[in-house]
Amino acid sequence: MAKILAVDDSASMRQMVSFTLQGAGYDVIEASDGQDALDKAKGGPVDLVLSDVNMPVMDGIALIKNLRALPTYKYTPILMLTTESAGDKKAEGKAAGATGWIVKPFNPDQLLNTIKKVLG
Amino acid sequence: MSIDLSQFHQIFYEESFEGLDVMESSLLELDCENVDKEMINTIFRSAHSIKGSSGTFGFTDITEFTHVLETLLDQIREGSRRITQEHIDLLLKSVDCLRGLLHSLQNMEEAELGESKELISLFNAILDGDDKPNTSNAPASTNSPGKTSEIEGDPGSLTVWSVRFIPDENMLRTGNEPVRMFRELAELGDLTSEAIVSKVPDIVGLNPELCYLGWVLTLTSEQPKERITEIFEWVIDDAEISITEVAGLFGDMEIEVAEVDADVEPEDVASAPTKITEDTLQVPDIVEEKTAVVKAPSAKDGSIRSNETSSIRVGTDKIDNLVNLVGELVITQSMLGQLGTEFDASKLAKLQEGLAQLEHNTRELQESVMRIRMLPISFTFSRFPRMVRDLSRQLGKKVDIKLIGEQTELDKTVMEKIGDPMVHLVRNSLDHGLETPEERIEAGKPEMGLITLNAYHQGGSITIEIMDDGRGLNRKKIIAKAIKNGLIGENDTLNDDQINDLLFQPGFSTADKVTDVSGRGVGMDVVRRNIQSLNGTIEVFSEEGIGSKFTIRLPLTLAILDGQLIQLGAQTYIIPLISILESLQADARLINHVAGGCDVLRLREDYLPIIRLWEIFGVEPVSKDISDSLLVVLESGNEKIALVVDDLLGQQQVVIKSMESNYKKVEGISGATILGDGTVSLILDITDIIKMAGVHHRQVKKVAHGKFGGHKAA
Repeated sequence: MAKILAVDDSASMRQMVSFTLQGAGYDVIEASDGQDALDKAKGGPVDLVLSDVNMPVMDGIALIKNLRALPTYKYTPILMLTTESAGDKKAEGKAAGATGWIVKPFNPDQLLNTIKKVLG
Repeated sequence: MSIDLSQFHQIFYEESFEGLDVMESSLLELDCENVDKEMINTIFRSAHSIKGSSGTFGFTDITEFTHVLETLLDQIREGSRRITQEHIDLLLKSVDCLRGLLHSLQNMEEAELGESKELISLFNAILDGDDKPNTSNAPASTNSPGKTSEIEGDPGSLTVWSVRFIPDENMLRTGNEPVRMFRELAELGDLTSEAIVSKVPDIVGLNPELCYLGWVLTLTSEQPKERITEIFEWVIDDAEISITEVAGLFGDMEIEVAEVDADVEPEDVASAPTKITEDTLQVPDIVEEKTAVVKAPSAKDGSIRSNETSSIRVGTDKIDNLVNLVGELVITQSMLGQLGTEFDASKLAKLQEGLAQLEHNTRELQESVMRIRMLPISFTFSRFPRMVRDLSRQLGKKVDIKLIGEQTELDKTVMEKIGDPMVHLVRNSLDHGLETPEERIEAGKPEMGLITLNAYHQGGSITIEIMDDGRGLNRKKIIAKAIKNGLIGENDTLNDDQINDLLFQPGFSTADKVTDVSGRGVGMDVVRRNIQSLNGTIEVFSEEGIGSKFTIRLPLTLAILDGQLIQLGAQTYIIPLISILESLQADARLINHVAGGCDVLRLREDYLPIIRLWEIFGVEPVSKDISDSLLVVLESGNEKIALVVDDLLGQQQVVIKSMESNYKKVEGISGATILGDGTVSLILDITDIIKMAGVHHRQVKKVAHGKFGGHKAA
């Protein structure tokens, strides 16, 4: 089953995301910030990365840049979790190499639908 | 698939409260003149996280509120707005307000939105108050309707769309796969595609990482244009896309399709993109309904449910340690088990070794389990910087606060109960102890007063000190007040300790006028009672013009007690070690009989009433002759007594079993425990025993002074 790396500094969001995805049969690796995610991503390939933008230590944009620099993650879909108000963050994320975004707030169904579409 | 989001609520509350704490402490440290960018970032992130999660879990009131906070903080973070003291004050108020909102949500009560509405409008006034472009002041949750209304379109009619899609060369590098988009399009209706290959270079110039292809897609679907646009949402900015209507087919299908569409549940995957935005709007409604239903009964029976004590967060290192210890225990158990099956006298040494191992394991396990309940005292300390800041402003004083030993750990129950007494003491220091800036300058002190909170472990107890560098206790004022209240006579001579002790008498306040902060005259006696109920002590040390120091000593936990076993007749009792000052052999020369039937022990400069435990408990002692007995000097509050016991046995840690829950409250006894030999032993409640013996320390003191004062002076 597809492996997803879920990155968010908020434990409740992380739990919600990972519970939802695991419920749909995905393998989920959790990370609490960009650096944590990068370390975990280097530990083995994942099929999709789902990352918050605003995080301590290393934010989502820096994470995307770092991931795209790794050969394994050149084409891996990376989705950002953004809020509607952060319009320029989307552009910044795209420039860094993000595949797309999911707008907060979202519910588990929306999350799953988007993930299903990307992973096929 | 539907998921019950309420299972994540508890952790949402916990992390939101944590976030608010972080916001608060960062705001307090923030210096308007010299703004630390990382600190602003931290504050922003906290607000942002709360907003994001609250939106997801459907707490729209929180989302709306945090949105304006976030907008302001974002401007500050970007540097387009300078932070002012006014902003900090407003943000701090918002932190309080959010805490209140979260608390009511957590307890499933009706939230009071008046304050938050007011604060939101204040924020909006700031945000609108200048010519800065107003960046979306509308709450995030209502941001999507624009899209939804566009989509409404004409869902019933079949249309043939022609989509010309020429992606950016770098599209693949962002992980966007054209196949995914085509698959989605195919879900909307009949799709045919044709590739545009004109841009593909010859094999030599071909970079396999780039996308040279373009497509012309023909889609026959009843879906509106927006649905198609949405599929390209992630790539639309960089790609060349045109979606044109080739032909429209109108027919009676229209009605049929519309009906089908109305039946579609939000879960329906095929129509997801449209539904996404609709769901966004539906979520708040659903949640509001839910909470409304739950609210009703709790409002009816009027009971306030508090979820505060329901859970505790424990560091994984503590759990790991515990697992490790249990592992060791299992090993010891299996070793002893094996020994038992083939035991003979030659293996006695091995058995003893095993038992020693078991004892070691058990003790470590016990300590580790107790440690789970231990939290750093910073949980309590952290509320004070804010309090000091607010109160000092209110009082027109300049006060700084210093926290020392924040990582000192303390049992959660003790911690919860020590908070209020500490608040009271700090308030007192601020109100009575510290002077106004003018007074301080006059006294040759720095303008800024200082309150220090210090915590450290000492033996089996924790010591908490609350110090200020203010004017110190005014002894004359205290005495005058005590005489006025009839606590002491006009001609009484009291030593410093006794004067300080007056502070803890009921109905005592030296504040000239009753202020909002303190001085209602209910207080210090309650503080002392609360601390005593935790088996702790409080004492005050003060020097006029230099400052005051309140020292609270508490046991680390309420479940385990360091006890001194004593023998009285055939009984074994336990005295909390913390109350014992010393033990001594009774010496007839040191014992005086005072008129009124009370014996006192002369111990250095002090006269202590002697209490015979066997009289109180009606137990037949080994000897009624005091010179055959031992005297244990005990302290409770500021009263000292000498307790007559037959013998002192060992000292040991005992696990306290409650009398109330197993039997009933017994005067003079705070609990019971089971000793190593299986017998039950009672734990003495020293405060109670002093009360029961009918000895009032002060009275005895007076008598003692009356009788012996002359000798001393001579």
